[in-house]
Amino acid sequence: MPATRPPHLAVALDGPAHCDASHYVTLARLAEQGVLDFVTLGDSFARPGLDALAVLSRVAPVTERIGLVPTVTTTHTEPFHVSTAVATLDWVSRGRAGWAASVSGTEAEARLFGRRPAAPPDALWREAGEVAEVVARLCDSWEDGAEIRDTSTGRFIDRDKLHHVDFRGSTFSVRGPSTVPRPPQGRPVTVLDGTAEHSRAAAARHADVVLVRAKTPQQAAALRADVRRRAREHGRDPDTCKVLVSLVVDLGGRESAPEPGLLGGPPPAAGPHFSGGPVELAELIARWHEQGAVDGFHLAPIAPHRDLERIVNGTVALLQHRGLFRTFYPGGTLREHLGLARPANRYVRTGAAS
Amino acid sequence: MTPPVRIHLAAHFPGADDSTVWAGSRSRSHIDFSSFEHLARTAERGLFDFFFLSEGLRLREHKGRIHDLDVVGRPEPVTVLNALAAVTDRLGLAAAVDVTFNEPYELARRLASLDHLSGGRAAWNVVTTSDARTGENFRRGGRHDRADAAARAEEFLRTARALWDSWTPSGEARPLVHHGQHFTVEGEFTVPRSPQGHPVVIQEADSAREREFAAASADVVLTRHGTPEAGRAFYADVKGRLAHHGRDPGDLRIMPGVTCVLGDTDAEAREKAAEIRGQQVSPRHAIVALEQIWGRDLSSYDADGPLPGIDPDPDPDPALVQGRVRGADRLAVASAWRALSQAKGLSIRQTVIETTGRQSFIGTPRTVAAALEESVATGAADGFVLLPQPAPGGLDDFVDRVVPLLQERGVFRSRYTGTTLRSHLGLAEPVWKG
Repeated sequence: MPATRPPHLAVALDGPAHCDASHYVTLARLAEQGVLDFVTLGDSFARPGLDALAVLSRVAPVTERIGLVPTVTTTHTEPFHVSTAVATLDWVSRGRAGWAASVSGTEAEARLFGRRPAAPPDALWREAGEVAEVVARLCDSWEDGAEIRDTSTGRFIDRDKLHHVDFRGSTFSVRGPSTVPRPPQGRPVTVLDGTAEHSRAAAARHADVVLVRAKTPQQAAALRADVRRRAREHGRDPDTCKVLVSLVVDLGGRESAPEPGLLGGPPPAAGPHFSGGPVELAELIARWHEQGAVDGFHLAPIAPHRDLERIVNGTVALLQHRGLFRTFYPGGTLREHLGLARPANRYVRTGAAS
Repeated sequence: MTPPVRIHLAAHFPGADDSTVWAGSRSRSHIDFSSFEHLARTAERGLFDFFFLSEGLRLREHKGRIHDLDVVGRPEPVTVLNALAAVTDRLGLAAAVDVTFNEPYELARRLASLDHLSGGRAAWNVVTTSDARTGENFRRGGRHDRADAAARAEEFLRTARALWDSWTPSGEARPLVHHGQHFTVEGEFTVPRSPQGHPVVIQEADSAREREFAAASADVVLTRHGTPEAGRAFYADVKGRLAHHGRDPGDLRIMPGVTCVLGDTDAEAREKAAEIRGQQVSPRHAIVALEQIWGRDLSSYDADGPLPGIDPDPDPDPALVQGRVRGADRLAVASAWRALSQAKGLSIRQTVIETTGRQSFIGTPRTVAAALEESVATGAADGFVLLPQPAPGGLDDFVDRVVPLLQERGVFRSRYTGTTLRSHLGLAEPVWKG
């Protein structure tokens, strides 16, 4: 089924790493002026930069509506810690958290931890899928309303509404329940890359938002159809799985020069590259979206500040003028921006069950 | 001219433990960010040195079920502190983070990130976990030997400091090679040297080994508040160990955790304190506390009746005594409780109220300010970590009524003079050891 809702727009704050919070606050506020769905911030133990979840937690209290999606790696980290940090980002942002699960595949990263050798991508992504599963279960391990504060019986919680998750994966197990109560969104939004085969399987099963790299609308439509087909095979409603095309954008024209950065950061992620003006970018977004090829775009600017300003004041303004993009946030949570319902809790017993 | 700072103050967000009063109109959510923001802003209004959050890695259980009488659940502290960095300017931001189920590279990176994002206000309380149940949530799993946990903590901190030192002050990253008994770390740290050089390191120090470790490496020692004599002995012991490590007494701050109850008169404060104790120890709490000492199911006993005639179980079900006093200590505690109960004619509940978690300072703001000053002046402490009751409103009284008196006495700052937590604590930046 082709995409028909207005497109979702997200933007990456990556680029040369900065150590001061103000750089990221400025960018996130700019993205919020553009009424974008969310910002992402990449992370890896292999390149300079601060912990991405920390940076977006710092951004949370000084933004109001924009979704906040840090990359969180699952290879050398503790799944339980990942879950409490992601759930806490949802609490401090009042329901605007997501997380983009990623893996650490290099020997260099493995040597920073000295616990296990580098593993092939299929094993790492299988583990990432398991971490996504355990994060979701831990979020559900507290039912809504578990905190009762019942002074007549002296009980703070109704412990029948807390659940062990007893998850056993290929490389770890978690007993649960979480130490963090169920976050505002029920479960923060899970983002996974669906371009490569290794990660697409996990994405179709666990992700709320799937990022794909595609050069043509046809390619994007084929990837989207494949993700949706697989999601259906996992018993999911494919409409709960939004497919966004990741696009590196350079809106600098001939003046193009990357921003000077403190650390001389990484090149932007490889992938299809858009170079042109903000109007042309709006036309591309409208065209791909009209064809029903994608649910939206995840734009990765070459020069974050310059390009983001042009995206917001040029591209978004034009899409809004044509009635193709929202002009305000009707909802407060990231799930609301994405048109995703707050998920039902798997541990809640329905009336008929015993 | 600001008077020289003599007392250091910190506020602890009341967490999931049995001293936290959650009933009543002044207690608020223990999970909403607004509660943390309120308390942190109040602490900053009071010119406190830092705000302290503890962490939870496994929910408490009693008799195999989740303990439901106290506050249960809390957010992950470092993430909350990063958010609080956005709504405070000067306040130090401290988190307890366990080293048993973490790796030095990742945690050193998270703490250095907090130090950058807060402009040099980060602090880390190094804690270990020996509870096997907690391990069930983590890759390492299982039970860990206490002695091994201490050795791991020491190596963990050394490795973290080496990572923080791996960037030269001029901003050049140098690869680190660490091969130790517990950790092997090779490669470059991804975070440049942070504003404080190293986040402030906070340790607890009970055993001789812990005291020696703290004397070698801590910036702040957290301790329990006890009698003035015990406080002075502890203070002298820990400060006395510093010279062996080439450090001066002023290089380490000793801060007992305390609770204060204020009233318009000393009598009113005592009445309020008793009321809070009554809320903390409900009849069910009293039975649970008793079961943890006796190691038996005592649910049929009346909390308002006398202590059980039967003796504690010498070899109890671990699900009953978990996380509490163990072994011989239990038997000694039981006989002390019995003696007290008989001497004063106390019920189970009254005995538990009398023997556990009494407030440290009770009285008018003037009485409390004088007692705090005396404790510092007589060498029992460099400052205090306050546990406000109830949260988050309970700190306001202290800030509004006691802080001005401490300032009047010239023993507490009247403004922040520096921007980093190290500057508030009067601690030098660590010497770079490339």
